[in-house]
Amino acid sequence: MAAAVVEQSLAASRQAEGRAVRLSVTGAGKAYAGTTVLQGVDLTVREGEVVALLGENGAGKSTLSSIIAGLVRPDAGSMVWEGQPYAPTSPGDALAHGIGLIHQEMRLLPDLTIAENVFVGRLPMTGGRIDREQMRSRASEQLRRLGLDISPDTPVRRLRVAAQQQVEIAKALTLKARLLILDEPTAALGGDETDRLFTQIEALKREGYSFIYISHRLEEIARIADRIVVLRDGQRVAEHQTAQVPVSVLLRDMVGRNIDRLFPHVAAPRPREVLRVEGLRSATGAFSDISFAVRDGEIFGIAGIVGAGRTELVRSIAGADPLAAGTITLDGAVLRLTGPADAIGAGIVLVPEDRKGQGVLLEHSVGDNLALGNMDRLGGHGWIDPAKIRDFGTRMMERLGVKGRVGQQARYLSGGNQQKVVIARWVAREPKVFILDEPTRGIDVGARAAIYEVIAELAGSGMAVVVVSSDLEEVLGLAHRVMVLARGRQMGILDRADATNLAVMALATA
Amino acid sequence: MSSSASAPTTTGAGFGRAMLTRLLTGSQGPLIGLVLLGIVFSVTSDVFLSPRNFLNVIDQVTVLGILALGMTGVIIIGGIDLSVGSILAVSCMVFGWLPQDYGVPYLPAAILALIAGGLCGLVNGLLITRAKLPPFIATLTVMSVARGLASLTTGGEQVVGYPNWFTRLATVRHLGFLSITVAMFILLALAGWVFLRYRATGRSLYAIGGNPEVARLAGIKVQRLTVWVYVASGVLAGLAGLVLSARLDSSQPSAGLGYELDAIAAVVIGGASLSGGIGGVGGTVVGVLIIGVLHNGLNLVGVSPFIQQVIIGCVIAAAVTIDKFRRREA
Repeated sequence: MAAAVVEQSLAASRQAEGRAVRLSVTGAGKAYAGTTVLQGVDLTVREGEVVALLGENGAGKSTLSSIIAGLVRPDAGSMVWEGQPYAPTSPGDALAHGIGLIHQEMRLLPDLTIAENVFVGRLPMTGGRIDREQMRSRASEQLRRLGLDISPDTPVRRLRVAAQQQVEIAKALTLKARLLILDEPTAALGGDETDRLFTQIEALKREGYSFIYISHRLEEIARIADRIVVLRDGQRVAEHQTAQVPVSVLLRDMVGRNIDRLFPHVAAPRPREVLRVEGLRSATGAFSDISFAVRDGEIFGIAGIVGAGRTELVRSIAGADPLAAGTITLDGAVLRLTGPADAIGAGIVLVPEDRKGQGVLLEHSVGDNLALGNMDRLGGHGWIDPAKIRDFGTRMMERLGVKGRVGQQARYLSGGNQQKVVIARWVAREPKVFILDEPTRGIDVGARAAIYEVIAELAGSGMAVVVVSSDLEEVLGLAHRVMVLARGRQMGILDRADATNLAVMALATA
Repeated sequence: MSSSASAPTTTGAGFGRAMLTRLLTGSQGPLIGLVLLGIVFSVTSDVFLSPRNFLNVIDQVTVLGILALGMTGVIIIGGIDLSVGSILAVSCMVFGWLPQDYGVPYLPAAILALIAGGLCGLVNGLLITRAKLPPFIATLTVMSVARGLASLTTGGEQVVGYPNWFTRLATVRHLGFLSITVAMFILLALAGWVFLRYRATGRSLYAIGGNPEVARLAGIKVQRLTVWVYVASGVLAGLAGLVLSARLDSSQPSAGLGYELDAIAAVVIGGASLSGGIGGVGGTVVGVLIIGVLHNGLNLVGVSPFIQQVIIGCVIAAAVTIDKFRRREA
C-alpha cells in the first residue's frame, strides 16, 4: 500500500518534470537594514503544479512570494517567467504578467460589490461609460467556476472571510493569472471551507494553473502540494519532490533540529472547581445554552468549525461582549461583568484571536504593550514609574522568552513573539482563568512549542485554562477535556481519552 | 548562517543622509525648528530678540496654548475636537452676559462659564461614545450649536468692560514678567505633562489612540475615558474664553472663530499623529510657540497677514511630512 503511494507520487513528479517550467527564480536575495532575510534562493514552478513553501515565520517565505508578486524588489537574483526575463515593478505589473498574490489579510474594498472588487482599477468601459453588464457577467462566470452561488452585486462587507477569499481568487482568475500565490489561505477557514478550497485548487491545477502555497499546517501541505520547498533563515534548506514526507523530517528541516514532541506533558487537574458557566446565551445570538466547568490545573479545549460561536463565547466570558442570559461563577462567587475591566479585576483574562487587531499595540513599544493591563501594579495610587515599566518589560520578556528589545515597536516582532507579549501581559497578573483564543494561529513551529509549554505551565500553577482552536491537533494535544460547538450549540464534552479527530469532527459537523 | 557576509556597507552618503534625517526628525525635531525660527528672526529683525518681545509672544499664545493642551489629549486618543473655538465663545458670552443681564457676580459667572465649556465637551463625548458618531461629525455639530448659543445670549451684541481685578489677571506682569494667565498656562502645561507621563490614566490615553479595542480588552475603560478627555477639552476651551475676555476686556460671540484649526495645527506641528497614540505636552507647547513666534516674527519683519497664512500652511505641511518620514525611518 505504502509502496503504491510512493510509486504514484514518483510517477506524478516524473510527469511534472515533463511539464513546461512557468517560473524560475535564481539566487533571489533581500536584506532590510542590514538583516538578510533572503539569500540565494532558487525556486521553480511548473505548469499545473502546487509548490508548497514551508518554513517558520521569518524564514523568508513572505519575502520570496512578495518578490515574485512584485511587492518587493530583490537585491540579488533573477527571474524568468514563461521564457522571458521577469522583474515586476509593482503588484499590478505582476498581475499583468499573470501572477496573482492572494493575501493572508484580505485586500478587498468592503463597501463595493463583488463585481466592482473584481474589476477595480480596470473597469470595463463601453463608450466612456462603465459596462456594468459585462462586469457582472464576467464576475459571475468566475464565481460559478469556483462553485460559488453568490450574486456579483453582493457588497463584500456582507461576505464571510472564506467567501471574501474566493472573491480574491475569482479576481485573479478574471485577470488571467496563471500562477496564484496563496499566503496562509486557510488561516481563517474552517474544515469545510478548507476542503472546498482544496477542491478548487485541484480543479484549477488540472486546467494548467500553477500555485505557490504557503502554510504552516503540515497536514494541509501533505494533502495539496506536489512538491515542497523548505526555507530556513532566508535560505533554501530542502526540497522534496513529493508531499509524502514524514512530518518529523519536515519539522527538522524547518527548525534545524529535532522536535520529538510538540506538546508538553500536562499534569492531571486538581478537583477544585475554578470556573463554572451555566446557561450562557449571547446577546447577539451567536450561541445559547452553554454550560461547563473548569477545574484548577485543567486545560479545557473548545473546538468547532469557524462560525460555531467559539470566539463569541470566550469573549463573553471575558466581559468583552454582552450576555443575554446565564451565570458565570468564579471560585464560587457569581460575577456581574459590564466590560473586560470587570473580568480582569475578577481574574479572568483573554488572549484574543486577532493578535494584530485586538492583542498588541503595533505602533507602541514592547514595554508599553506589557505594561498595558498591568498599570495598576507599576507604581501605586495611579502613578506610573517609567523605570519600572522597563524593568517589568525586561523581566516578562525573559520569562516568556520574547526575542526583541523592550523599546522596540511591537510591529517589528514576529507573530510568535507578539503572541508571547500578549500572553506575558496576563501571566504577570496571575489570573484565575486564562483564556486563549487561537493561541498559535499563523505562528511558526518553534514558537508554537514554546507557547504550548507556557500553557502547560499556567495550568500547572493552578489556573483554569481555556483554549479555543481551529487546529484540532492543538486542542487534542493540549486539553484534558474538549467541548465541541456547532452553530452556537454545545454538542458535547469529550474526555481526552475519547477525543479523537473523528469524534470531534463528527460532533462539530453534526 | 553567517550574517557578516551579507551585512550592508554603509556608504558615506548614506551615513550623512541618516545623520541629517536623525537631526531633522528626532523627537527634538520641532524644538530644532523653533530654535531655527528664532535665529532667523533675530537676524532679520532687531526687535525680535528682546525680553519685551518674548513676553509679548508668551502673552499672545496663552489662549491658543490652553486650547492646544486639551486638543493634545483628544488627538492622542485618536479623536479631533472642532468645537473648541465655539466653546471658547460660549464661555466668553456666559461670563459677559450673566453679570450684565442678570447681575450675577463675576466669580460665579466665571465658574459657570467653565461649567458651560465642560457641558459642551460632555455632549461631544456622549455623541461619540453613545451615539457612535465619528469625532469629526460630533464636534462639528457642537461647533455649530455652540456658536449659535453664544450669539443667542445677547442677541449677537458684544459685552464690554470688566472689573479691574479681572483684566489685571492678563495684563499685570508680576515680578516684572509673569501675568496670572501665563502662570496658569505654565502650570496647566506642567500638570498635563505629568499626567500623560506619570499617571496610569494618562498613559492609557496612548493605548486608546493606538487601538481602542486592544485597550478595551486590556481592561481600560475606553468609553469613560473618552468622555472625560472631551470634557477636559471643553473646560480648557472655557478657560481659554475667560483668558481672552480678560485680555480684550470684552466678550464677543464671534470670539475664537477658527481657533480650533490653530490648536490642531499646533498639536500636529508638535509631533502628534492624527491617527492617535502619539503626541505629548512638550511637543504641543513647542508647536504653540512655533505658531506664536511665526506670527510675531513675520509681523515684525512686515510680512502681510495674508502671506503669513500661506507660510503657516506650509509649516504644517512640512511638519507632518517630516513626521511621516521619521516614522518610516524609525
